[in-house]
Amino acid sequence: MSYEVKLEVFEGPLDLLMHLIKKNEINIYDIPISLVTQQYLEYIDLMKDLNLEIAGEFLLMAATLTHIKSKMLLPREEKAGDDEEAEDPRAELLRKLLEYKSFKEVAEELGKREDTWRDIFYNPPDKSMEGEDEVFIEVGLFELLEAFRDVLEQIPDKRYMEIVPDELTVRGRMTAIIEKLDAAAAEGVTLLTLIEEGSTRRTIVVTFLALLELARLRLIKLLQVSSSETIRVYRNEDSRADSDEIEET
Amino acid sequence: MVENNELKGIIEALLFVAGEPLSPDRIKNILEEVDKKAIQSILWELQHDYDMRLSGLRIVEVAGGYQIASRPELAQWIKRLKKVKQSSRLSKPSLETLAIVAYKQPIVKAEIEDIRGVDSSGVLKGLLDKHMIKIIGRKDVAGRPILYATTKEFLQYFGLRDISDLPTLKEFTELMAEEGSPTEGSEMQEEMVLEAPEI
Repeated sequence: MSYEVKLEVFEGPLDLLMHLIKKNEINIYDIPISLVTQQYLEYIDLMKDLNLEIAGEFLLMAATLTHIKSKMLLPREEKAGDDEEAEDPRAELLRKLLEYKSFKEVAEELGKREDTWRDIFYNPPDKSMEGEDEVFIEVGLFELLEAFRDVLEQIPDKRYMEIVPDELTVRGRMTAIIEKLDAAAAEGVTLLTLIEEGSTRRTIVVTFLALLELARLRLIKLLQVSSSETIRVYRNEDSRADSDEIEET
Repeated sequence: MVENNELKGIIEALLFVAGEPLSPDRIKNILEEVDKKAIQSILWELQHDYDMRLSGLRIVEVAGGYQIASRPELAQWIKRLKKVKQSSRLSKPSLETLAIVAYKQPIVKAEIEDIRGVDSSGVLKGLLDKHMIKIIGRKDVAGRPILYATTKEFLQYFGLRDISDLPTLKEFTELMAEEGSPTEGSEMQEEMVLEAPEI
């Protein structure tokens, strides 16, 4: 024998609390904690009965409510020399609820705007006009690796011993690349020119690592027009202020 | 020198072909010798013209620019012309999270979760995929958490001029203070549903 249970799906404990407040027509500024706690716990039990997985946040809120309830039962502490009234145990919860409520209202507003603006259409730009502005696609790791392999293949396969003082660091290359990109400004630089600067395998590897690190820090953008074109490197304008990050890494 | 009556036509044509919102600044870059104020007033004039002649089009101000768009009440007819592939509406948790990001940006996940009281990783990922929010860096605190902000697409999707076009949170705080009078609140919200284009 099966029976239907109607249970509104609550996104979180605050959502459930707001629902209880609305349902009981409670004044949010004077929440009857014992009533709300009782109903809240009933919901949790119901969720258990339905074998719903109860997220930890729900249990935390249950504990908070119970704690507030017990505090409300105790006479307010009066500290000697302090004529300020002790804070209402519900104050913190109220602040959270009000904040949550105001964002929920904005969300509703956004939902209404969404409905309207989904019904508004624009004309797509004329196909013949594309290509005026270069349209870039994001470069993935594999394209980068391919470009790297191409450069490596181009170095003459000479083998001689080279002992140089270790002045080459990833951090050093990162700074050098950033300087170069700042100089190039909006033009950007092709990946090949950056990599070819160092003719030794070691320099190329370090440059490649520096590029990866800069991309990870979002200090640069790697773009190409199509997957067969050369990859160009640009300074990420959004993060210009962060370039001192290099020092930390 | 471009004649004033010519100017209107030029700007209208630019808006028509742009395929994205055009800001007065960008129009100024094209019409070099024309004053930015003049461009702005022509844009308003154009908006007015479209409204006056009951055109099926109107000029909307979104995401920091102007764009020619169809009127929302014509949607049913447009949908008969072409099958419109509309993405599904954003879920309630997504809207809630977006609202928080919009007001508090740049914001980290923990702050969002503190307000919402629930784990928000999945929602944030969905919003990133939909290009409603973007990562703009990392906060300089322990763990260097990721900072999120809303995108231009977000403004376009909700038809907002800029981020300040959102109803201010203060309005909502006041609304809360008048808890006893819900009618006032609902009136206020209806007003904000769709703005008449400014003239």
